[in-house]
Amino acid sequence: MIGLDMGRLAAMARKEMREYRRTPFIVGAMLVLPFIFLINPAIVIFVLSAAVKPAAAARDVGSTFLVLLVVPAVIPATVAAYSVVGERDQGTLEPLLTTPVRRGEILIGKALAPVIPSVGIAYLLFALVVILAHFFAQNPAVAATLSDGSHVLAQVLFAPLLAVWSIGVGTAISTRASDVRVAQQLGTLASLPPLAVTALVSFQIVPLGVWTAVGFGLGLLVIDIAMWRVVAAMFDRERLITGSRAVKATGVGPGSPPAGTVRRIQAFGGADHGGGDA
Amino acid sequence: MAGDAASPVANEQVSDRAAPALVVSHLTKRFGDRSAFEDVSFEVARGEVFGFLGPNGAGKTTTVRTLGTLIAPTSGSAVVAGIPLSAATGAEIRQLISVMPENPGLYLRLTVQENLELFAGLYGLPSRGARIAAVLDTVNMAPRARELCGRLSKGLRQRVGLARALLSEPVVMFLDEPTSGLDPVASRDVHDLIASLRERGVTVFLTTHRLEEAERLCDRVAILNTRLLAVGRPEELRTQLFRSSLVVETAARLPAPEAVFTPEMGVERWTPEGDATYVLSVSDPKMAAPRVTRALVAAGADVLSIAVSRHSLEDVYLQLVDEDPEAGR
Repeated sequence: MIGLDMGRLAAMARKEMREYRRTPFIVGAMLVLPFIFLINPAIVIFVLSAAVKPAAAARDVGSTFLVLLVVPAVIPATVAAYSVVGERDQGTLEPLLTTPVRRGEILIGKALAPVIPSVGIAYLLFALVVILAHFFAQNPAVAATLSDGSHVLAQVLFAPLLAVWSIGVGTAISTRASDVRVAQQLGTLASLPPLAVTALVSFQIVPLGVWTAVGFGLGLLVIDIAMWRVVAAMFDRERLITGSRAVKATGVGPGSPPAGTVRRIQAFGGADHGGGDA
Repeated sequence: MAGDAASPVANEQVSDRAAPALVVSHLTKRFGDRSAFEDVSFEVARGEVFGFLGPNGAGKTTTVRTLGTLIAPTSGSAVVAGIPLSAATGAEIRQLISVMPENPGLYLRLTVQENLELFAGLYGLPSRGARIAAVLDTVNMAPRARELCGRLSKGLRQRVGLARALLSEPVVMFLDEPTSGLDPVASRDVHDLIASLRERGVTVFLTTHRLEEAERLCDRVAILNTRLLAVGRPEELRTQLFRSSLVVETAARLPAPEAVFTPEMGVERWTPEGDATYVLSVSDPKMAAPRVTRALVAAGADVLSIAVSRHSLEDVYLQLVDEDPEAGR
């Protein structure tokens, strides 16, 4: 990638992964949430009787499909919402920003760490549901619908795109939030709107086919790119440190050295300031 | 702390070694209509330990953040480590400097080693393992490399922060209140490290509230209270602000002090202080002290002590800040 140093990017991602591994809340959420999201598929697989007509069974599978896509949308949201405001809270943001690392390297490094496990868990969960359906579903339409090519394609495309949205919006909130809890609550809420797109497919308002999946995938990709452009613009060093964006500087550049270095008492102006010594 | 493990600081990217490490010219930073600092100008030579003093809210940290490329100045100019400060040169400057904020800002869930590995990666250092071992040795933290930073005391975290600041062999190190909240032993360790940095030619920009620390460590100091009040060697500032004086203590009040403390004795002015103590303003204490002693003995006074009054950097600081109209606001 142009302008990105892969070494710095890897260093950021490695740091994030190490922190996740040692944070019980994150590890717990990644382990427990998938089991919660297995409840609905389990009911569909094990309870839906063979007597249910294929059209009704497909509707139920649609709800399962939607539930499985909540996983990549929700899991990274709270982690991403912590990413900047958490660093600021710990006092680690300022030392980080004083290194040569660039904005893109920080953002992508931080995004890679949650996107990989989230998408990995989403794929594993989907694979597990398809396998369970294949062997245990009482209604044959369940396994047939889940392992249908367009459903698989939609799952493969939508999961990373939803995760990338979720991380982007979480990071955007995190750059402006002053409190970790508020950021995490807002981040979780803001991760949900793109699920509306998948809900159209899940509830068969728009029939799912290969081209529908590709079209919706492209739509999500466009939304993701727009979101990340906003995030990059919001990630301003001065704003992150002082809470306000720099105004255009005047006369900034190399200047002649000051004349003397002895005491000079001057007139005084201005009082306390926002950027303070705190 | 030992300074033997790290090699002398040298960065190949900086060609002109005679050039000052920092040149700040009429630099101003405003947040809306409030000034963080105004029209600040000074120079810091390579290898100098430069103290930056001032009361809370004076603009010290904002100055460090500006020179550290974290925030943009409103006007004025600066050259940091030989590179003109601008939006385009931020990353280049950051490669040559290091900043240690008051709070060292370590990742508490990572070990000491992992914290340093991150920053070694961000600076793109070659031979990271050896470099990390060297800086840990410098701050006497090598045996604790595998410990989580969250389990370290504040003093030890400060050492790790210093190790991190040393990692990239910076041309200029900005240390913001490095001994804040440390006990005397930990403070002494930090002082020793700063002294060893000076010996190795590192330029240190030290902001501190501890005036005795600045007096002990700094070649020159600047006193800031939004505007720069003074810049110079502590001794120069003392000379400029305070006249030399002798403090004379006698066993009993002198019957006619005006007959003893005369211009012929080198005394320009004198004031009584307490019952039998006199403070004499003199132009040359070494010349005046023996003359005054002889005159006192000749006048039959029992002299308990004659001492040259020494003004500390604290006196200089308080004098400057007290006469600053902003101070009372």
